[in-house]
Amino acid sequence: MQHLPPLTTKGENTPQMVLRNRNHKQEAPEATFAEVFADTVVDAAATGFICAQLAAAGKPILWIQDRLSRREAGKPYLAGLSAPLKVISVTVSKPADVLWSMEEGLRCTGLSAVLGEIWGDPPCLDFTASKRLALRAEARDLPAWLIRRAATPNLSAARMRWRISSLPSETNRYDMRAPGHPLWRAELFRARWRPPGEWVARQSATGLTLSHGLNDAPSHQHTA
Amino acid sequence: MTAQDKLPVLAFPPPRPRPKPKASPRANPDDLARAIDALRGALEAELKKPKPVQDPRPEPESFSPIGTPTWRASDQMKSASGSGRAGVAAGAAAPTGPELERDLLARRVVAIHLPRFAMERWQRWATRQGDASPDDLPIALAIEGTHGPVVHATNRSAELQGVHTGARVVDMRALCPDLKVEFADIGGDQRALEKLMHWCRRWCPWTAVDGTAGLVMDTTGSDHLFGGEAQMMRDIEEKLSHLGLSANLAAAPTHGAAWALSRFGGVRDICAPETLPVHMAPLPVRALRLEPDTILLLKRLGLKTIGDLAAVPRVSLARRFNTAPLPQNPLLRLDQMMGKLAEPVNAPDDPPRFAVQSTLAEPVQDPTPHLPDLCAELCKGLHSEGFGARRVTLTIYRTDGEVAHVTVATAQASRDADHLLRLFDGKLDNINPGFGFDLITLAASVAENLHTHQTRLDGGVDDGAELARLVDRLSARLGSHNIRCALPLASHMPERTEEWRSALERAPQVAHLRPERPLRLFDPPEEVRVLYAVPEGPPAQFVWRRITHRVTRFSGPERIAPEWWRDSPGTRLRDYYRVEDHFGQRFWLYRDGVMGDGRGATPRWFLHGSFA
Repeated sequence: MQHLPPLTTKGENTPQMVLRNRNHKQEAPEATFAEVFADTVVDAAATGFICAQLAAAGKPILWIQDRLSRREAGKPYLAGLSAPLKVISVTVSKPADVLWSMEEGLRCTGLSAVLGEIWGDPPCLDFTASKRLALRAEARDLPAWLIRRAATPNLSAARMRWRISSLPSETNRYDMRAPGHPLWRAELFRARWRPPGEWVARQSATGLTLSHGLNDAPSHQHTA
Repeated sequence: MTAQDKLPVLAFPPPRPRPKPKASPRANPDDLARAIDALRGALEAELKKPKPVQDPRPEPESFSPIGTPTWRASDQMKSASGSGRAGVAAGAAAPTGPELERDLLARRVVAIHLPRFAMERWQRWATRQGDASPDDLPIALAIEGTHGPVVHATNRSAELQGVHTGARVVDMRALCPDLKVEFADIGGDQRALEKLMHWCRRWCPWTAVDGTAGLVMDTTGSDHLFGGEAQMMRDIEEKLSHLGLSANLAAAPTHGAAWALSRFGGVRDICAPETLPVHMAPLPVRALRLEPDTILLLKRLGLKTIGDLAAVPRVSLARRFNTAPLPQNPLLRLDQMMGKLAEPVNAPDDPPRFAVQSTLAEPVQDPTPHLPDLCAELCKGLHSEGFGARRVTLTIYRTDGEVAHVTVATAQASRDADHLLRLFDGKLDNINPGFGFDLITLAASVAENLHTHQTRLDGGVDDGAELARLVDRLSARLGSHNIRCALPLASHMPERTEEWRSALERAPQVAHLRPERPLRLFDPPEEVRVLYAVPEGPPAQFVWRRITHRVTRFSGPERIAPEWWRDSPGTRLRDYYRVEDHFGQRFWLYRDGVMGDGRGATPRWFLHGSFA
């Protein structure tokens, strides 16, 4: 893959600004289908990264988990969200049902987002399935997210593919020994409308903020 | 006094068997009492005569210009008397015509009094629960009164010991120390009575609830189907006793008279139109369905029986109770009883039932091609009644006698044929058709009122309805227990602050946000091995899922004590720590108990959640 220099920005950016920055021929849509790969199974950074971008609107979100994701990575806990969200939780057994439920959710206008979690690399999650999700999400202008754990980034039509892991948190102003505001390492390793890049992501009052591109080698590599 | 004179005089128009009150404006009470006695004697003597002589009614009926047998039910009569309150008011204001008056007395009304309905219903329920009480145990059902519970219903044994309705429960306990008191279910009783009212339509089409413990039926023209009135009433009483209900019945030409006879008359009393005044005269004024204040007033006036009241000149009664409403007006009640005021039985409609069926010429194996038509037909029926289906059942009747059901539920009442059709997607594969089936029925087993909603002006549709449809589709395919919404609860324990319920039951709600709570929760918490500097202190390192995490930063402890009103005794408190490991991942750990709390050995550590 041709290596393009990552976006180096001095100030802070939102994901929309990052996507809009390049003078690409095709304009990036507001809402699309994105895959998020969690670096380790137990890390909730991917969930936090997505929840920071979900608008706390009156409409609920559809949160679909397969059983293995639910057991290994935990169930959503609404009291710990950063913004109040209405959640319809769906638990399914098969990965194919996750895809079917996401498509059904993308057909409905009463939702604000659709979030799926799939464990591993099931054969049903192929290029066609991801393309269906992407086209539906763009047609309905509804963001669709797919969290993948213990998965390899195979062929997919997802418009953005992120790899998210936790970074040591900011210094807590009131207690030096306590963890502070969470930081995430966000690596956009494939995107349709811009070259890949790597940022430090954090949740701000307006949503998600991507700051100072990480040009250097990743600070720590580990596997679960 | 006048009916007796007029009976043989005029054959047509038919006689009016009622006393004319205005005939004796100057009579004093003594004269009246004597006159009533004389009248009663005369009428009873006349009743003992052979029938053709004393009953001239059938002949003029057959020659009446209207041409309808007035004794039998007729739609014309129904519409005439069913004109509602306006008709009653008109009848009260102006003297009514002879035809209408004859019609008013031509109805046959059966009143059913269920004196122990609440108690018998409770006893039936207790029997079904498996703890039937012995008959000699005094039981009372109570309701909340202004000064503590008040007896609402009693059984026979309690009544024999002096427990009476309306008294306070504490007083009755003093009277009868072994009284067993349960709380009454007033709403349930009323619903049960309504169900019983619909069940009673097996005898006649017009039945209605009458007060809290009674039913009224307009049996005009339906008694002959059961072998006459006496036979029918015996049948009713027998069928009700099979349900465990004791009933007093009476049949009379008017609602008021039947009501009075069922409460104060004999067993299965039957009152013919001619003998109505005679039958009513000895009854107490309580039989007039009046309010207690009015009854007390009449007693103070010395009017103890209906005969006394009827003998009072109409003008004086009208002057005294001119403005009184119906339940306080003895004159209007008397008129209703004697058939001078129309009081039709106001029977509510049957609850609508929605079911369609398709009979097939040949047994088939697959119901799918027939489903769209059935759905469309069902939704048409639902639409015409203003209803929507919450639960739809498809039933197939196999040729070998087996029956199979498929049921789908909806989160919101719906009458959209396409939507209902989609809910059956993939569900019909599980039906075992055997050698085929030749009858398919589709029924809305649970239906709710569904008013027509206006969509938004910009052409969009209501989001709530869209969401409900999504929940329906997901529930139909994945099972309703897998589609859930969180219900925030008031609890300190993290796993109890939100309860996940089926999304078919409730709409999604916003949770109460708490800082320092993880984004994901492990259910159940996973045990970890922990190294710590001091037993009460934070963890220094922990091993979870065979990976060692070194704790670099922590905050806590946050102590959450067990909820003593819910948890079993011996449950240990929890000290929660937010920790960050050397990878930068943040977790929520807790120590189950503290050293030396006397509730077990060395406390164990659990990992309960992970932060973003």
